[in-house]
Amino acid sequence: MTTPATAELRKTALNSVHRRLGAKMVNFGGWDMPLEYSGILAEHGAVRTRAGLFDVSHMGEIEIRGAQALDLVQQVSCNNAAKLAVGQAHYSGLMTERGTFVDDLLVHKISDTHYLLCVNAGNQDGDFEHIRANNKFDAKVENTGPRYSQLAIQGLRAKEILQRLTRASLDSIGYYHFAFGEVSGIHCLIARTGYTGEDGFEIYFDPQHSEKLWGELMEAGKSAGLLACGLGARNTLRMEAGMCLYGHEIDETTTPLEAGLGWICKLDKGPFLGSTALNEQKRCGIDRRLVGFEMLDKRIARDGYAVLIDGRDAGRVTSGGPAPFLKKNIGMAYVPSTTGSAGTTLEISIRGQAAPARIVALPFYKRPH
Amino acid sequence: MYPKDYRYTKEHEWIRADGAIGTIGITDYAQHELGDVVFVELPRVGTQLKAGQSLGTIESVKAVSEIFTPVSGEVTETNPALVDAPEKINSDPHGSAWLIKIQLVDLKEPAALMDAAAYEAYIAGKAKEH
Repeated sequence: MTTPATAELRKTALNSVHRRLGAKMVNFGGWDMPLEYSGILAEHGAVRTRAGLFDVSHMGEIEIRGAQALDLVQQVSCNNAAKLAVGQAHYSGLMTERGTFVDDLLVHKISDTHYLLCVNAGNQDGDFEHIRANNKFDAKVENTGPRYSQLAIQGLRAKEILQRLTRASLDSIGYYHFAFGEVSGIHCLIARTGYTGEDGFEIYFDPQHSEKLWGELMEAGKSAGLLACGLGARNTLRMEAGMCLYGHEIDETTTPLEAGLGWICKLDKGPFLGSTALNEQKRCGIDRRLVGFEMLDKRIARDGYAVLIDGRDAGRVTSGGPAPFLKKNIGMAYVPSTTGSAGTTLEISIRGQAAPARIVALPFYKRPH
Repeated sequence: MYPKDYRYTKEHEWIRADGAIGTIGITDYAQHELGDVVFVELPRVGTQLKAGQSLGTIESVKAVSEIFTPVSGEVTETNPALVDAPEKINSDPHGSAWLIKIQLVDLKEPAALMDAAAYEAYIAGKAKEH
């Protein structure tokens, strides 16, 4: 059920646009955000077959500047930011000393002395304090969330739609790269990133232009079938694409190695916050690991349900629900690391009944193009 | 919008009594709040239910909702159409997407529930909270 909007909830610059469009609104991490406009199934389908536009201005931005900006990024995050070229971004984890997640984030290298981190809405204040507390370098940390709106245009036709509004050559922006350019005359950081499993762009710009840019994108995408999409579809899309969500697959109790994110955990880059614990875990092995599963009947696994192996409680579902494009019910869960690989059967406890499921390889969905 | 010959609950179920048989479903307000319905779990025919007890669950893409029977009685029929087409609950909640039929224990039970006017006033009050 939706949560009533109250004065305490934070609002993006597009709040009144969402309400005018009749969006169902929810409290997401303290933000009054659109859950759905035309319906999660329609919006999910639009992104997989055409394109969708998301207001993700609730996402936080933290900027690190200075001669030792890279040293600070390297100290607090587990991926190797030294490998980033100017104009390149990567997915990473903000680590505790225990090698667990304070947050997951995108790191954009704007210059040798300037990095832009995109972090989760609900974590931005904590992330900022955490980074500042670990800043023993010649670097300046700024919480710049309020200075940006962010729109994500995602799907097969996202590039074509966005190209109608910009002279920047979108073809020359590679996957997980970005460029600065004007979209509808508005100065933007245009990144070829996303959280849907499709090709697409995330654009960052001054919030005062939010209504104009939203309107122009919706208009430019009309003939291509672009739909306004809410957080409901954003969640089913990322789940189908096997991507982690903070507070579900990852949190302060889970490490990148357990979450199947060893690829963002560059232990060879030298010491960083959590690297001792992570090296130790790598040496000794993990006790549990994140797996994907699909249900073998029509029942639906949900977040928090117990996973049963041989009738015994063996873990928890971290995210579960319908996969609208695959027309299956899927989920992710932590299971003991001794559990078999794809094809292994297990059960999900649903309202006291054991429902059969099978471990499958992640991601559930991979775009064909 | 809300049929005059139905009775309604605060949990957004409706019941239409036809002699001793009550037909139960969820309201248009409820289907809208749920969003796209993808799965429905209903009781077995013959199940004895007491008013206020769970009669099953409706799952939308986003969430699971328990449905409660507004009256006591024995389940005489469940809607077979919902097994393969649960989305009918979104398109026709007051008609073809009824959930169960029940043999009423107490014929006076439905009359104690809200009529259409009272229910409409009740959801208008809820809408103001948003």
